[in-house]
Amino acid sequence: MLTESIVLPNRYLDSVFLMRVAKRLAGEPGIIQAAVVMATPKNLQVLADAGYAGVDTLGASVNDLVVSLQAETREGARAVLDSMDDWLQRDSGPVGATMVRTLDQALNAQPASNLAVVSVPGEFAAGEARSALESGLNVFLFSDNVSIEDELSLKEMAREKGLIVMGPDCGTSIIGGAGIGFANVVRRGPIGVIGASGTGIQEVTTLVHRWGSGISHAIGIGGRDLSDAIGGISALQAIDALEADPATSVIVLLSKPPGKKTRSLIDERIAQCSKPVVTCYLGILEAQPAGNGSATYTRNLDAAASAAVKLAGGDTGADGVETQETVSTDSASVDSVSIERALLMPGQRYIRGVFAGGTLCYQAQQIIRDAGLTVRSNEPLEKGMKLEDSRRSTGHALVDMGADEFTRGYPHPMVDSSQRAERIIAEANDRQVAVLLLDIILGYSASADPAGELAPAIRQAKRLAEQRGGHLTVAASICGSPGDPQGLETQTERLRDAGAIVFSTGLKAAQFATAVVSGRDA
Amino acid sequence: MEKDTPINELLQKPIVAINIGVQDFAEALQDQGVRVVNVTWSPPAGGDAEMLAILEKLL
Repeated sequence: MLTESIVLPNRYLDSVFLMRVAKRLAGEPGIIQAAVVMATPKNLQVLADAGYAGVDTLGASVNDLVVSLQAETREGARAVLDSMDDWLQRDSGPVGATMVRTLDQALNAQPASNLAVVSVPGEFAAGEARSALESGLNVFLFSDNVSIEDELSLKEMAREKGLIVMGPDCGTSIIGGAGIGFANVVRRGPIGVIGASGTGIQEVTTLVHRWGSGISHAIGIGGRDLSDAIGGISALQAIDALEADPATSVIVLLSKPPGKKTRSLIDERIAQCSKPVVTCYLGILEAQPAGNGSATYTRNLDAAASAAVKLAGGDTGADGVETQETVSTDSASVDSVSIERALLMPGQRYIRGVFAGGTLCYQAQQIIRDAGLTVRSNEPLEKGMKLEDSRRSTGHALVDMGADEFTRGYPHPMVDSSQRAERIIAEANDRQVAVLLLDIILGYSASADPAGELAPAIRQAKRLAEQRGGHLTVAASICGSPGDPQGLETQTERLRDAGAIVFSTGLKAAQFATAVVSGRDA
Repeated sequence: MEKDTPINELLQKPIVAINIGVQDFAEALQDQGVRVVNVTWSPPAGGDAEMLAILEKLL
């Protein structure tokens, strides 16, 4: 195997597009692996570490594009590299019809603009967001690696102008029925959602849809908004906006537990809200009352969605909650728990989670912890439960594969499942593993076929356990709606065909996994 | 709460978006019938964040 690389000077293309090109290149005959990245020091280091020999001595600078191929022969690699211009042509489609290079040009072309969607690399994101706010635009800030100081100053500036900053690190919003970032196709309705995490918003909005109600707006606020450093600036603005919004009759607030000071601010605001507010602070340890004035407190995403649907007058008839539940995709029952348990060998006792959605990983840890089990993670509920090495699981362990450490230089698992597939096999090679817990996330901008990408790994993982005389239970949840581009039914079928037990919610999959290993952990 | 702040207007009126960065997001918005202009972005000041910070202070 050898490595061949080229530098394309002053050529910028976004990372999602480049990762797609890399994937296609890796499918070419004679090409073993391919990398196409902007030549930032960080990216070049990741490639050097991954065995792309010589990429750090190409003399490329941050504005250059580097294509590096690991190939069987030099001629094969050169042939592909020589046609790189064709590979990098993107079908710009209708969005490319108006060619602009700056925010000012965009505003000239479209003066009625009211929202900037910013997803440039972190070090430039605050600057672009600031320019957008100065031009009177609300901001959806997808980029991460924005400093807390920048976040605070952007949000203070926005509040001053009556604008909102959704983010940074905001994966999902739905405004007036339009999904921004990773969002699902859900019906419009009376429930307004405010969420600190993208997958939390996706899970709740799809559940609301599947349980017969709908979403007025879902406003992402970024993972740090409710920390005391930010003080819930965007959350409070979102509560004000949804309270004033005639289309919203119930508000849901999703977050990890807020900072202490911020918690009081938010609680006070919710108590005064003229509309019912359902909160879900995932991972919270202290007992909460069921409700207080206009507030309803819940402990998981399913309970939050269900409470909201009921408060919004959810119909329990033909299209309502109960009916939807009985025809849900769930295939779990007390029987299936005992069937799975009977197939396991002595010594098979651990749950291993390989997640794409950070919030679903977090919620699953809460379920397992509440059952009295010790669970570790790279993104743990409590600091003491951090996996020593994120790349090696021990005991019950749930890995958030969307965490920075896995996505530096590699696609997010919601966009591409390659890293998750590898991790599934690694977990299946541990003979103590009893249950593999997975989440599949559908919607705009996500992988076109996540279940199809994971199915071969699921099959192989089950085969590995069977070859040892044991069995591997695979519990997978699907976050999605029937209208999503990937097709909810198709994705469910693909998982079932591969041998997974499929659940309609992350909560149910985690509960099932916990029931299967219960009592085996001694 | 005033009813006519830009946030409230954002919730009442159709989104009209400017996308800066990952083009997929612009395409997804367009697929949903949202008006969007995509900025073909590249790092300013030759991609040098320090230089950019200096330029921002000067300009």
